[in-house]
Formats: sequence, C-alpha cells, structure tokens
Amino acid sequence: MRAIKILERILYAIPIILGVAVVVFVFVRLTPGDPVDIMMGQGGAISSGEIEQLRAEFHLDEPITNQLWYFLRDAARGDLGYSYILKQPVTVIIADRLPATIELAAGALFLALLIAFPIGIISAVRQNSILDRLSMSFAFLGISMPGFWLGIVLILIFAVALRWLPVQGRLDPQITLQQITGFYVVDSIITANGPALWSSIRHLLLPSITLGAAVAAIVARVLRSSMLEVLRSDYVQLARAKGASESLVVVKHALRNALIPTVTVVGLQVGVLLGGNMIIETVFGWPGLGRLVVDAIFNRDFPLIQGAVMVYALTYILANLVVDVLYTYLNPRIAL
Amino acid sequence: MAEPLLELRNLTTVFPMRRGAVNAVSGVNLRVQPGEILGIVGESGCGKSSVLLSILRLIRQPGHIAAGNIFFKGRDLRRLPQKKMRAIRGNEISMIFQDPLSTLNPVFPVGEQIREAMRLHGIANASPLPWPLAGRRSHEKQRVLDVMAEVGIPAPEARYRAYPHEFSGGMQQRALIAIALVCEPTLLLADEPTTALDVTIQAQIMEVMRRVNREHGAGIILVTHNLGLAAEFCDNIAVMYAGRIVERGPAQQVVDNPQHPYTRGLLACLPQISRQRSRIDPIPGEVPDLAGLPPGCAFIPRCSLARDACNSVDLRLRSLQANQYARCILYEDGVRYTVEEFS
Ligand SMILES: Nc1ncnc2c1ncn2[C@@H]1O[C@H](COP(=O)(O)OP(=O)(O)OP(=O)(O)O)[C@@H](O)[C@H]1O
Ligand code: SF4
Ligand SMILES: [Mg+2]
Repeated sequence: MRAIKILERILYAIPIILGVAVVVFVFVRLTPGDPVDIMMGQGGAISSGEIEQLRAEFHLDEPITNQLWYFLRDAARGDLGYSYILKQPVTVIIADRLPATIELAAGALFLALLIAFPIGIISAVRQNSILDRLSMSFAFLGISMPGFWLGIVLILIFAVALRWLPVQGRLDPQITLQQITGFYVVDSIITANGPALWSSIRHLLLPSITLGAAVAAIVARVLRSSMLEVLRSDYVQLARAKGASESLVVVKHALRNALIPTVTVVGLQVGVLLGGNMIIETVFGWPGLGRLVVDAIFNRDFPLIQGAVMVYALTYILANLVVDVLYTYLNPRIAL
Repeated sequence: MAEPLLELRNLTTVFPMRRGAVNAVSGVNLRVQPGEILGIVGESGCGKSSVLLSILRLIRQPGHIAAGNIFFKGRDLRRLPQKKMRAIRGNEISMIFQDPLSTLNPVFPVGEQIREAMRLHGIANASPLPWPLAGRRSHEKQRVLDVMAEVGIPAPEARYRAYPHEFSGGMQQRALIAIALVCEPTLLLADEPTTALDVTIQAQIMEVMRRVNREHGAGIILVTHNLGLAAEFCDNIAVMYAGRIVERGPAQQVVDNPQHPYTRGLLACLPQISRQRSRIDPIPGEVPDLAGLPPGCAFIPRCSLARDACNSVDLRLRSLQANQYARCILYEDGVRYTVEEFS
C-alpha cells in the first residue's frame, strides 16, 4: 500500500521537474552575456569562422525553442549535455562533485540535530531557566549570523591560531584513499582506512559546523516551541496521571508528538543545506557542487548551470518525499 | 465510622496569574468513604477539575496547592515524595479526564495506551504462572482486552491497534475509562465523563461506572455540571461555587430540599420533563472572576436574597438537617446549627 503511494508521489514529481527544467532553461538564457564571447576571451585569438562553428556545435545558432527541445530530449535520456568550459559531460562533472556536497550537508545535518535536540528539549522542559534563555540567545545568533563570517572566524580560531583543524579541502594531501562512493567517510570505512577516516572527519568538522549552525538554531527553536505546546496538552497530563515519570513523559509522550512539526522543518532545511552552501564551499575550498555552479554562472556555462539546478531540484524533491514518508510513520492521522 | 478513603481538609489551590491570584479551590473539606460515590456539581470554572487534579497533585505550574491536607487511606498525599506519589497515580487513584479526544495521545494505538498504565505499575507480573510459561506479554495483553470489553468497546482485539482518531467520541471516552480501570483503583476521579456524549451513550458509560463501583468497590468522585445526573447516580453531593463548597449532603436530600440559593438556582436550570418544550433557565449573571474575590459570599451579584450582611461575614458551612450543610447568611444565626467540623 505504502509502496504504491510512494511510487505515485514519484510520478507526481515528474511534471514538477519538467517545469523546473523549462524555467531554468529560459532564465539562464535571459541573463546577459554570451557564452561564446566568454569562451573566446579564454581562448585568445579566435577567428569569426571558429565562432560560428562553436555556435553551431552547441546549437546556439538555432531558435530558443529548438534548443529547449534538444535539452529536454537529451535530459530524458539522462544526457545533460557538455560543459562549454570543462569540455566534459555535465553528468560526469556533477557525479564527481555531488558526493562532496552531500557529505558536507549530511555532516552539517548530523551536527545540527545533535546540538538542536538536547537544547530544544531541555529549553522547553526548563522554560525560562538560564539555560533556556542562554540557548535561545545563541539560537538567535545562529540564525542571524552570516555563514561565511562564522566560517572565517572558525578558521581563524581553530585552524590558524590553535592549529587543531585543517583550513581547506576534504583530505590531507599525503593520504591516499581509494574512491568507491565518493563519500570520503564512507569510503574510508569500506576500505578500512583509519588515517583517511580521521583526516576526512577532521576536514568535515569546521565546514559542517558553519553550514549547520543556522539549521541547528532553527530546529532547536521549532523543537522547543512544539515541545512547549505538547507539554501543555491533556495527553501529557494523562501520562502523568497514569503514573509515568517525568522523563518518560518528556521522551515518550511529548517528544514523539513534538517531532511531527519538527520533521517538516528539518526537511525544508535539507534543501537549504544542499543548495545554500556555495559561499561556504568557497570559504573552505570544498570541491562540491556549489562552487562549481558559481563558476558555471560566471562563465555562462548553460548546460552545467541547467544540470546542476536540475540536480538541486531532484534532491530537494527527494528530501521532501523522504520527509513525507517519515511523516506518515510519525503521525498516524495522516495518510501519504 | 470507618476510616474514610479520602479526606480533604481545607484544600486550597491557587493559580498566580498576572491579573492576581486565582483561588481555584479555597478551603474545601470533603470526605469519600470506601465504595461511596460523591458528586461535585457546579458551573464551569468553579474549580471542580482543580479539586481532582489537586488530589493527584497534577496542578500545572505555576498553580500549586497552597494549603490543606489530602488524606488518602490515612496518608497525607501532600507530604508524599514524588516517587511514592507516582506509584499511587493510575494505580490506586486514577482519573478520567474531561475531554476524551485531546486526552488520548494521538500517536499511540489505544490498546498500547491502556497497556502502559498497567506496565507502569508492574501489574503484568500478576500472572498466575511464572513468566516463561504464561508469556508475560500475552497475559498483559489479555488483561487489556478484558478491560476494553468490560467498558463496552466492541471487538477489542480488532481495536487494540487502532489510533484514537479512529474511535468515535463514545469509544474514546470508554478507552479513557479503560485506562483508568486497568489497575483496579480504589478511588476513581471522573471529570465530566459523559458531557461530550449523547444521551444513550451517556447512560451506557454511567452503567459501566456503576458496575465498577459495585463489583470492585471503588470509591468515585463524579464531577458534573448536571445536578440531575448527580442526583441519580451519587450517594452524596457537594455543590461548588467560586472555589468553595456551598452545599453538601445526601444526594436525594440536596435535590429534594436544596438549602443554598445557588443550589436552588441550579435545580431551576434542570429541564422540566413535564413541560413539552423544556426551557433551561440559567441563573442570571456570570460566574465571578476568581482572581481577587472580595470577602463575603461570592454569589451576591446573582442572588435574589442577597443583603448587606452577606458582604462581611466570614461564612462557614453550617450543619442543617441530617448531614446536610450550607454556606449562606440564611443559616448563620448560630442557634439551630452548629459549625461543621470533621472528626
Ligand atoms: N492551568 C490553569 N492556569 C490558570 N488558571 C487555571 C488553570 N486551571 C484552572 N484555572 C482557573 O481555575 C478556576 C477553576 O477551573 P477548573 O478547571 O477547576 O473549573 P471547572 O469547574 O473544572 O470548570 P469546567 O466545568 O469548565 O471544567 C478557573 O477560574 C480557571 O480559570
Ligand atoms: S450569603 Fe447572601 S448572597 Fe450568598 S447565597 Fe446566601 S443570601 Fe445569597
Ligand atoms: Mg473542569
């Protein structure tokens, strides 16, 4: 039953993805700047004949509707075209960069939840205590602080001054790691490579904190307010009247209900983690999709921009689907 | 007289609010004998639920019990450590809450919620056979199914895994009663157990409660705003107004021969069966704000018999005839009546 519904939801996603594809395609071409001019600027002296040849090669001389048709037709076959600049299939480039971005997002999410859950719960249980006020002030800071600024501060403290953690990249250059999945932590575990595991975790730490800080703050606040509401409810009172201890009341009866709104917010944040890390990837020299997209935009690398945005849209839709499925497990009143 | 099951002495419960301290319960004295059914009757907001929650010490912060004693089987619950109090909640004293839908936890199956009450008090170990033979789980579950059947939930096996939202209002109320009964309490606190239900289901639920009272000998406090229901069901009635008990006595006596003007007003509110289209006459005026009540009778603004003296006197419950008491200036002459005292 559930499997059929999930399949249904995946089918519903197809028109959304199609819509995203068209919108991105059009908007990319509305931005000023000609990709061939930019390629030319890099290549030095190029004759006008060569320019025409380039235009023809990328179908840039044809009407925009034709270009859109080629794009959709190829995308349906899993072919997102060739990057103008990198001269490689877009799918290959993305497949190369995506694991880094996902690994960073996962690290950030993990740390964010690790921090947000205890804070959210304890702040609600001890409402208005010093701990509550303190952590909510931090949460406010976490939301309002610009990510790159936090990243730079962390680098200055932990990498430059204290020398505890590395400044840039995913792995120490002298360590070799056989790549299987592209997720360095996973690959180090699969290949039982202790030094690589240690190094990749150390490299993950600062960018994960930087990226996850705002998420931690948002999740902590949502969890706190939903816990506060749930702790006022009658069913929590019933649990106490049954003789449940306060810890059982909080962890079982209250938290289980407070998770329902929290999961929705976490799901939205997953999109932010995946798509909002361009600056942080730049600050930490993290070879992910975000930096790639920034470069692609500056270079008017249409196929690469389109491909990356499509991947963002897909992961976003997927994250939402996971949240919806999780939601039905958490909330028996909702059917998928 | 035998030791009472429950005795409240001068119970006073306060909610400190921004607009002033709300005295939800002020100086309430009550007694419940083993196996007795006591009705607490009064309009909305007069402090009925607060009395019940005070007994279980579940008054929400910043509310608290400011004074008084709660003797249960001779022990003062107010002085009991939390851990001992938890052992009593849901086990020896259990409560049926006012609103069934919001009181059941929406994310757990109903059967599991009944079972939890049992688990918390280790009732499951009461299997006649040692664990490997009897199968602790199945024994536990069987008890839950039995209780569900007892309170009139049809097809308990099928409903065990159902969620609260899949139950009708009547079934939700029964599930709450099952939770309250699964540990066979000696005192059952029932807060408007039938208010949300239609009349036929109401009668069925009351029948379940009566059976619990007869067969298990449980004492019951029935909170209701329906004096007629209380008269039919209870041994004794206490009428509450603005956090105080204003009249108390044997149920039939209070209904047949009400002494306090407020009780008379409540009786006038009962729909007259003789009249074709029964009209409910509410007592004119509104329940006063319990924050910062002036001294004297709280019923003055709504009482047709009010006089100057009602303002000043520190009114007490006065003994009238055979076990009937009222708190009103009309009975303050002090000649025929003695000041009511416990033991
Ligand atoms: N948690 C609370 N916080 C603040 N005030 C409260 C709280 N609970 C009850 N009160 C106040 O205490 C007084 C008595 O309330 P209580 O719920 O005991 O009345 P009740 O007789 O049960 O009414 P009802 O018939 O509406 O259930 C009311 O004035 C109410 O506003
Ligand atoms: S004391 Fe006075 S106001 Fe209060 S009920 Fe009696 S007569 Fe009425
Ligand atoms: Mg109430």
